[in-house]
Amino acid sequence: MLFDKLSDYINKDVHPYPLSLYRIGFGLLIMFSLLRFWLKGNIESLYITPTFHFSYYGFSWVKPLGIYTYLLFAICFISAFLVMIGYKYRYSIIVLFLSFTYIELMDKTTYLNHYYLVSCISFLMIFLPCANYFSMDNKENVKVPKWTIDSLKFMIIIVYLYAGLAKINSDWLIHAQPLKIWLRAKYTIPLIGETLLQQNFSYYLFSWGGMIYDCLIPFLLLYNKTRNFAFFMVIAFHVMTRVLFPPIGMFPYIMIFSCIIFFDSELHKKIIDFIKYIFRLKIKNAEKFISRNNNFSYNRFNISILALFFLFQIMFPLRSNLYKGELFWTEQGYRFSWRVMLIEKAGYTTFKIVDNDSNKFHVVNNNEFLTPFQEKQMSFQPDMILEYAHYLGDTFKKRGFDNVSVYAESYVTLNGRPSMRFIDPEVDLYKLKNDFKHKKWIIPINDDIKSLL
Amino acid sequence: MRFFKKFFCIALISFFISCTENDNQQTSSSDNYNRSSLLTNVVDNIIIPAHQRFQDELTLLSEQLVEFNSNRDIETLENLQLQFVETYKYWQHIEMFNIGYAEEIYYASKMNIYPTNVSRINDNINGGSFDLDNNPNQYSAQGFPALDYLLFGLGDSNSDILDAYLDNQNDNLTLNYLSLLVAKMQVNTTDVINYWTNNRQEFINSSGNSASSSLNMLANDFVYYYEKGFRANKIGIPAGVWSGLLPQNVEAYYKKDISKILAKEALTACVKFFNGTHFNGQSTGEGFYDYLAYLDDTNYSSSSMFIGLNDDIVSTFANADEKLNSLDNNFVSQIESNNMQMLEAYDAIQQGVVRLKTNMLSILGISVDYYDADGD
Repeated sequence: MLFDKLSDYINKDVHPYPLSLYRIGFGLLIMFSLLRFWLKGNIESLYITPTFHFSYYGFSWVKPLGIYTYLLFAICFISAFLVMIGYKYRYSIIVLFLSFTYIELMDKTTYLNHYYLVSCISFLMIFLPCANYFSMDNKENVKVPKWTIDSLKFMIIIVYLYAGLAKINSDWLIHAQPLKIWLRAKYTIPLIGETLLQQNFSYYLFSWGGMIYDCLIPFLLLYNKTRNFAFFMVIAFHVMTRVLFPPIGMFPYIMIFSCIIFFDSELHKKIIDFIKYIFRLKIKNAEKFISRNNNFSYNRFNISILALFFLFQIMFPLRSNLYKGELFWTEQGYRFSWRVMLIEKAGYTTFKIVDNDSNKFHVVNNNEFLTPFQEKQMSFQPDMILEYAHYLGDTFKKRGFDNVSVYAESYVTLNGRPSMRFIDPEVDLYKLKNDFKHKKWIIPINDDIKSLL
Repeated sequence: MRFFKKFFCIALISFFISCTENDNQQTSSSDNYNRSSLLTNVVDNIIIPAHQRFQDELTLLSEQLVEFNSNRDIETLENLQLQFVETYKYWQHIEMFNIGYAEEIYYASKMNIYPTNVSRINDNINGGSFDLDNNPNQYSAQGFPALDYLLFGLGDSNSDILDAYLDNQNDNLTLNYLSLLVAKMQVNTTDVINYWTNNRQEFINSSGNSASSSLNMLANDFVYYYEKGFRANKIGIPAGVWSGLLPQNVEAYYKKDISKILAKEALTACVKFFNGTHFNGQSTGEGFYDYLAYLDDTNYSSSSMFIGLNDDIVSTFANADEKLNSLDNNFVSQIESNNMQMLEAYDAIQQGVVRLKTNMLSILGISVDYYDADGD
């Protein structure tokens, strides 16, 4: 009975409009994103200029390619273009996923949740028939299984839900931090900057509103009756974040666009018709669809992969619970879990290299090895502090000091709290391994942040 | 849908609870902080008067130099030396304002890069061609450190030093170079003052929060000066924090016994700037102290997240001052006899860097080094 229902669902075919439109918009947004990144000179400043790069655990072999980094971006751009027009779709999307993910893995300093989202979605799209309609590839229009469209929705729901649940913490709801700090500094925004944004209740309004928005919007988007209202809220919310936080970049556009997937396929058809009209495109067999997917074996492989993928997506953001210590302070399990805009953190971290043979020491001038941006990020993220300490130890070994220790002098402020010592100054970081175990050398924060996740 | 209704209700109720909890102390936050009054105070009561006073001292220095030129004896030399020390002290009050024209012409670098480069000075004196304005290699051959060498470093006693200025009195090359340096310092200072008086209004009007706004530049320059010009140059580098001991890198190496006086003067300048204290006299206007007081959480809520950062910073400064007091006037002998005390002073000053660079800039919403990367 249940199995029947399930197999009915899996074999259910629908019009491919939403997937095709998603393919086009996604490709286009990635192209914009890369172009903007390139034109701002970020390839140079983030990947070419620095002498040292922070790696993700297990991915230290992923490094910028010198001048060929531009080629990598070009490949990524071209694959996004090919995805958009739907040419050799399966290959293009694989190349897009690999090249984009490679770019993001090159340096941990630049980690952003929405880059991770792009990697997740492009991975997902490898297994979705997004070129069954309105693409260079398709010779005839083929319907797609309903679950393929639903899987994209599910991805968006996961992002919103986890982002929302992560906001249920005492800093965000009780202290209205870090929005209080951030919004107060936005006094230059016309109309609201000097008025609304200087009021205490505003910080609570924005904090609570943001939490409720994130938690509810997936459900409001799912139901027919509330969908139009929900989409209006999506636009209003993300435009507002764009106004308040200009450096948020392409994220609002990606989210707004992605939420269109929740609408029924008629709307997608209309948009595609509109695109056809503007560009004077003609599609063969325009409204004739064949159905090919109602055999379970075709679906089985893709569905198993996606089941694993989503299992991972559900479990992975919860891993922070395996760690002792305050998550916002230690950031153990903080990345890849849709924790967005939750902390205002700043640190001051310097390193002392001690030559144990002569007992002489030397304090490192960080800008000898790091760009200002790297130094800023490293200063409050323990895994980066440790990685950099090892790099320093290795560097001084090469300079002829065989027996060195590396100690950190580190102070961090979190969400406006007074800065306090962050790393145990007695611990030789060079002797420690970078792994996923609890980092005992982080001095615990003398405060208790209550949180749901 | 029942779930949503429930959720909505719970959320709304708790929202109102959390608001009312914090409403009682909210009254004083209703009017926005007046950032241009801070800028006005800093420009009118600190930057411009400090520069003018410095210019006056420079004028006196050049007058003593004229006196010495026409009448070369121990007395005129000593008067010149005394005035050098006075002028150097007032310099400490303006080095941090590396803004606008000063930044453009590398004013601070031309005035106070030490240790000075003795061999380059000697090359310049002995007829090499040199460009003090545009050649960065020449920054260390001019300004106060070069004067320090020329007035105190040419011999062991003042009579030895005087000897260097006695031969060929009408065209003494050393004196010519000394006069050239003082004249350069005067010209540069006049230009910088003109910049401030001409751009005063524009500077005050730019009270936004972009990287190029006056407030951001002031905050960043202040923090940078405290960290680099004060902490590192005056204490950290000579005390060997970054490499071995470098006693020859103290400020006023040749005069020797004023390094501490200059360091204390610099700290005083930092404290006065932070508090908004007028350069002339003790009356206080708006400073970052007051801005932090405005942003203090006591004005907003019962939350105890960040309270009293401004007072905390002031007491950190006081602590640093205390540590400086315990040092010898002569940093070279301090380093050689008991460098631990230098390092303790360094640590005390360092606490200020931590608070200014992390807490203060974080709460002011000012980014440390301008970098326009995306965030999320």
